[in-house]
Amino acid sequence: MSTVQQFRTGDTPLPDVIILTHKLTREYDMGSELVRALRGVSVQIRQNEYVAVMGPSGSGKSTLMNLVGCLDTPTSGEYWLNGQKVSDLADDELARIRNKEIGFVFQTFNLLPRADALHNVELPLIYAGISAHQRRERAAQALQRVGLGDRMDHRPNELSGGQRQRVAIARALVNEPSILLADEPTGNLDSTTSTEIMGVFAELHRQGQTVVMVTHEHDIAANAARVITLHDGLVATDQRQAA
Amino acid sequence: MRAFEAFHLAIQTIRAQKLKSGFSLLGVFVGVSSLIGSCSIANGVNRYMTEKFAQTIFGVNTFQLRRRPIFTPNVPDSVWRAWQRRPRIRFSDADAVEAGLSVPVITAWQSSDNVTVSFGNKEARDIELTTASERYFDIKNLRIATGRAFTGEENRSGTPVAVLGEAVAKRLFTDRPPIGRNVRIGGIPYRVIGVVEHQGSLMGFPLDRFVVVPALSPAQNLVNPPGIVDAFLVKANSEGEMREAMAEAEGIMRSRRHLRPQQDNNFVLDTSEGVQRFWAGISRIIMIVMPGIVIVSLVIGGIVIMNIMLMAVAERTREIGLRKSLGARRRDVLQQFLAESTAIATVGAAFGIVAGIGLTVLINALSPLPASISPSSVIAGVIMGAGVGVVAGVYPATRAARLDPITALRQE
Ligand SMILES: Nc1ncnc2c1ncn2[C@@H]1O[C@H](COP(=O)(O)OP(=O)(O)O)[C@@H](O)[C@H]1O
Ligand SMILES: [Mg+2]
Repeated sequence: MSTVQQFRTGDTPLPDVIILTHKLTREYDMGSELVRALRGVSVQIRQNEYVAVMGPSGSGKSTLMNLVGCLDTPTSGEYWLNGQKVSDLADDELARIRNKEIGFVFQTFNLLPRADALHNVELPLIYAGISAHQRRERAAQALQRVGLGDRMDHRPNELSGGQRQRVAIARALVNEPSILLADEPTGNLDSTTSTEIMGVFAELHRQGQTVVMVTHEHDIAANAARVITLHDGLVATDQRQAA
Repeated sequence: MRAFEAFHLAIQTIRAQKLKSGFSLLGVFVGVSSLIGSCSIANGVNRYMTEKFAQTIFGVNTFQLRRRPIFTPNVPDSVWRAWQRRPRIRFSDADAVEAGLSVPVITAWQSSDNVTVSFGNKEARDIELTTASERYFDIKNLRIATGRAFTGEENRSGTPVAVLGEAVAKRLFTDRPPIGRNVRIGGIPYRVIGVVEHQGSLMGFPLDRFVVVPALSPAQNLVNPPGIVDAFLVKANSEGEMREAMAEAEGIMRSRRHLRPQQDNNFVLDTSEGVQRFWAGISRIIMIVMPGIVIVSLVIGGIVIMNIMLMAVAERTREIGLRKSLGARRRDVLQQFLAESTAIATVGAAFGIVAGIGLTVLINALSPLPASISPSSVIAGVIMGAGVGVVAGVYPATRAARLDPITALRQE
């Protein structure tokens, strides 16, 4: 186990802790029954860690990722991101955090079909209020970082699955977020392409990027230095491993 | 996100979905084009009526002493019968008024009826025969193209000479010179001494199918009983002097007819005001009815746009979720969809303006109605179009802005 600080309500996280959740719960009121997707998850993730989140289907992995990605707010508990308590922020403040601090990579890529790669990567910068000229420059750089410098004017349907996911990764990186979150990023890819995408993640991690990735495949999780396993809405195991 | 970005995005989306956008801007298109078309007609008719019609029928600063008004739209039968019972205007009335006026004026007698004019075996039917005195041409501003008008002497002596309207001259003489030829007017022989300049048409009625002869010449019997005129025309130098002359003429006529103070006039002093009032009424009706059509089509246009936008929000739920997950705030999403609906409506309005202008040109070319673009209707069209877009966009855009990113992203 790698608990660094026994966190109590009222504390603030240590400076290099990027993600800290404390007794985080998320319940869905389905009318007839109460679904308790997370039942008190406490984890701390430090700068430049590479963490895989595993667990059986329905164990709460996506729910946790959505909370960590500020796409959702918890029922109870605390969530600290980069030294700021975000668990009780309002809608528009969360939007700003998503824009500045978080890069999200989805299983289904979620690219705009009618826009070319460059424009897709530009999107977060639009909402950051960056000028058109700078946007193009930074989007182009991000695409070069994932090896797609020569595919900038291609639309998603003109790209392979692996290339689409690279565009999505470039989009996640373009705002230089504190964390890169990926929910089953290889779930829609074949094994060769998955390996390729894992190569991109490894390289980003080597350059200093903090990465949290959900997967249910052990060989994908093997890329990470630390594996957190969820079971029934609770952390079951949290282990470091040799990369 | 800046407003410019939102509009840029809106235009992109509209271009990507041409058909749907085309359909959705139809209502605004119809609204704005009918707005501009109707304003053009009202505006044009109005100008035409005040500038041309009134002058053609009456002449400038001119009034007519008549038994009843010249222009009588929808009068009830009872009024009409009362008019018919009135005494007619006599030569002696005209002479008395002329003698009694202190204001400098020029005057003319005028009576009209329809006749057939013939030359050899050629005939022109349904020609308006006007028996008039010599100043008639000046008062009506009828210029002579060839030949001359008749003189006061010819009028008083009842010389059978005729001045033809252009259409009559063409019909009877084709290209040969008509001056000096003998024609028959209602069977009575006349010598042609002049042809009037081309007059064109008024609201589709040709203005060149007439012949003017001296009031005291033989054809007077075709038009009125002896000693009677339809109208006594009085033209003053200014509007003010015309009013003075009218007051004097009224006094003279009332005393000639022995009317007591409580009795109404049994004659009229008619001016172009009546016609102008009538047309002002017509254009007011246009201005009341057309806004109805305009408003209905704009409302329908707005509802169509709102529905299209609701569909767009439903279809693009994932896109909205994605944008929100990438940092779009409510206000950004709101702005995006408002810009889209406004852009659709504005494009519709722009097409509507082009069509409205086209309609105006078409009306001028193909119908007797005069039409002329009213600039304020163009401005109103743009504002209304954009306004409809904003209003129609508020509800769908609000719905889009309120979407929860996770739910939206999960949508298939
Ligand atoms: N929006 C939701 N409404 C109701 N129940 C949900 C919702 N999202 C997730 N759940 C439930 O919460 C539990 C955890 O789901 P999830 O986090 O998606 O699991 P995982 O990603 O590990 O497969 C599951 O039982 C799921 O059915
Ligand atoms: Mg999941």
